[in-house]
Amino acid sequence: MSRINSFAELEKLRQEIKGKRDSNKPCITLCSGTACHASASESVNEALERELDRQGLKGEIGLRRTGCHGFCEKGPLVVVYPEETCYINVQPEDAAEIVQGVKEKKIIERLLYSNPVTGEKIVHESEIPFYKNQQRLVFGPNRWIDPESIEDYLYIGGYSALSKALSQMTPAQVLEEIKKANLRGRGGGGFPAGRKWEETKNAPGEPKYVIVNCDEGDPGAYMDRSLMEGNPHSVIEGLIIGAYAIGSHEGFVYVRQEYPLAVENLYIALEQAEEYGFLGENILGSGFNFRVKVHRGAGAFVSGESSALMTAIEGKAGEPRMKYIHMSQRGYKEKPSCLNNVETWATVPFIINKGSDWFNSIGTEGSKGTKIFSLVGKVNNTGLVEVPMGMTLRQIIYDIGGGIPKGRKFKGVQTGGPSGGIIPERYLDTPIDFDELTKIGSMMGSGGMIVMDEDTCMVDMARYFVNFCCEESCGKCIPGREGLRVLLGILTNICEGEGKEEELPTLERVAEVMKDASLCALGATAANPVLTTLRYFRDEYEAHIKDKRCPAKVCKNLINYYIGPEKCEACMICLRNCPTGAIQGGKNLVHWIEQDKCIKCGICYQVCPERFSAVEKLSGEPVPAPVPGREVVRKKE
Amino acid sequence: MEKLISLEIDGKDVKAREGITVLEAAKEVGIEIPTLCYHEKLEPYGACRICCVEVERGGRTQVVASCGYPVEEGMKVKTRSEKIDKIRKTIIELIAPSLSDGGVVGKVRELADEYGADTSTFMSTFKATPTRCILCGQCVRYCSEVVAANAIGFVGRGVGRRVVFLPERASRFCPTCRECYEVCPTGKIAAETDGSIFPEFSIDDFLSGKM
Repeated sequence: MSRINSFAELEKLRQEIKGKRDSNKPCITLCSGTACHASASESVNEALERELDRQGLKGEIGLRRTGCHGFCEKGPLVVVYPEETCYINVQPEDAAEIVQGVKEKKIIERLLYSNPVTGEKIVHESEIPFYKNQQRLVFGPNRWIDPESIEDYLYIGGYSALSKALSQMTPAQVLEEIKKANLRGRGGGGFPAGRKWEETKNAPGEPKYVIVNCDEGDPGAYMDRSLMEGNPHSVIEGLIIGAYAIGSHEGFVYVRQEYPLAVENLYIALEQAEEYGFLGENILGSGFNFRVKVHRGAGAFVSGESSALMTAIEGKAGEPRMKYIHMSQRGYKEKPSCLNNVETWATVPFIINKGSDWFNSIGTEGSKGTKIFSLVGKVNNTGLVEVPMGMTLRQIIYDIGGGIPKGRKFKGVQTGGPSGGIIPERYLDTPIDFDELTKIGSMMGSGGMIVMDEDTCMVDMARYFVNFCCEESCGKCIPGREGLRVLLGILTNICEGEGKEEELPTLERVAEVMKDASLCALGATAANPVLTTLRYFRDEYEAHIKDKRCPAKVCKNLINYYIGPEKCEACMICLRNCPTGAIQGGKNLVHWIEQDKCIKCGICYQVCPERFSAVEKLSGEPVPAPVPGREVVRKKE
Repeated sequence: MEKLISLEIDGKDVKAREGITVLEAAKEVGIEIPTLCYHEKLEPYGACRICCVEVERGGRTQVVASCGYPVEEGMKVKTRSEKIDKIRKTIIELIAPSLSDGGVVGKVRELADEYGADTSTFMSTFKATPTRCILCGQCVRYCSEVVAANAIGFVGRGVGRRVVFLPERASRFCPTCRECYEVCPTGKIAAETDGSIFPEFSIDDFLSGKM
């Protein structure tokens, strides 16, 4: 491929690519994102290739490996175009049938998604409730393109926003458009991107830098990862446009090394972008020069903080520094630097192409556009979802997520990762909006959304997040380091049944001081899970402390396992599986647990057949005395 | 001629040179702000947070570390307030379990009296022997910024953070320098490091956590 030297050449190439492709030609797309990869989409791909070969259909049916489609719960996913027939949980042995089905235009019923309530089979991807209620904009192209193919990206209109910006707009106009769009940073804080760009542009000092933050590391969040893996060109395009607006000629992508596919696809995309002339000297003949370097992060959550990230790119340990002078004034190497998150950059081409008015038509007063969330935890449809701002948490969890599995009761949803808070049921109708979420003590964060049901202990959950931050923060400032250590100490005591009532105000005081006095935002927000659970689930804390009871029956020290003698059918399963030999009884003899030997591993609880459900957890109540040697009375069939 | 900035500190009108920090400006007019990680010869670090003050500008009040915050025209600084006192009291209580005897302990005790802090508050929560290091980083920064030897560094993250001598460099520079002995506010380095052992450092000692 020779370099594209002008806007006209780019459009000519696009027309050539379009001319070569027949949109009616059947194409099997296979999700190869991380989640589907984990459920063996690789071998499905091999099987499909083999089948196409065997049935001699290689020329007639296309096969494309795409990035993440979003419905990770049901992977590996296959979508057949042009009909958009969606198959879920596809296995290698389904390949022959799928290929034959495409050839004969037949639908394979058994691989379709069926509505869990009505049992009705749904053929088309867009009609599946999980997708139907979404507005897939930034994440949308993921399902159509092969991330390794720049031609795929060009086919769907890729780099047309860059071409538009460079050919028809001045840098000031591009900046104005982003400002008017009210695009707020998708990385967590929600700082207006346009203002950040403007500050960087106007800051004294050259050179100026633009940087992509792909150091996503919250437990349960993988939006940025999937976007970088599935559509790296959209991020690069946004970055180049930003650089043009700001007047920067050098950019960085900070990507965590633990995201191997993202790193790989990013390198491929950068190489292609350079080859095609979207990067380098005189981009598309416009006279604008821009290059991108990749910095692979050594994996610390704290490196996602802006000053820490820039320190890391400088080659030092990723630690935050005081930023009373903004990074946009003095960032990387003390030069003006504009850092935005993956999703923010990827949104830019849409705004340039469709205009700020269009962008403003989506979302709420204070938060415009769409946002990608990773919907995980105790929810039926785990996956990545993109919704317009303003949709309520309830709509996301129930309409898209399909509610809580096994008919259990919803308890809370954690948004914003370790910096966010846990939102209780009474706020489920809160619209997704940067400011609304902050009002109820949580935050948008980068978009992690962990759903919790009644079996989740909120004290234990707060402890989990605090422990995460203990290990993933830098340890530089006293409130951050020692504050977290104290929080973890107190929370661990409470979970172990050693908590004291007078420690709750201490917990709150330390959390408040961390919020006010920490060096960086990680420290300042690390106490949010504690503060919100104290605010909304204080009764659980009190139950642990006063009654030595864990209401969700999670905290090991506060629970006992007990076999209901009426329910036990003496099937020997738990007895054989108990690792400490704590279960007594025998054939035809009701089983019982010798509490002194029990290590509360919960295996008996898990292996007891559901039709008996004889093993139960007790908390805050005495364990009834066993009756050794009691014979089982079997129910008549 | 340097530009002068007008600001208010604890109700006093203050003129300060542009570019200096709130901590320095306060000091010049005789207002002492406590510090633990600050060192005159070193770049502001902002880790101990005990120098926090309340800053009001444009109607917005913020808690900032005075050691790193540059003076701004028209800003109003409060070096004491209910909020600041609570922060300082909590910080003293948080750092107290790391200390044993000597060095900065006297200063911390004085501060504890001043801010009504109970230094034993978190002793039981930690259940650990005092490290005698408050991770102020003065040794690390001094070694880097003043001596330019870079023989001391941090390892570990979060609550696992600690200071180590980097064996290859320490064996080269430390036997003839030892300036960090004086810099260390807790006296840990002088008390625990026998200068003669430096040349015997190996990377294994370092990795195994002996130093």
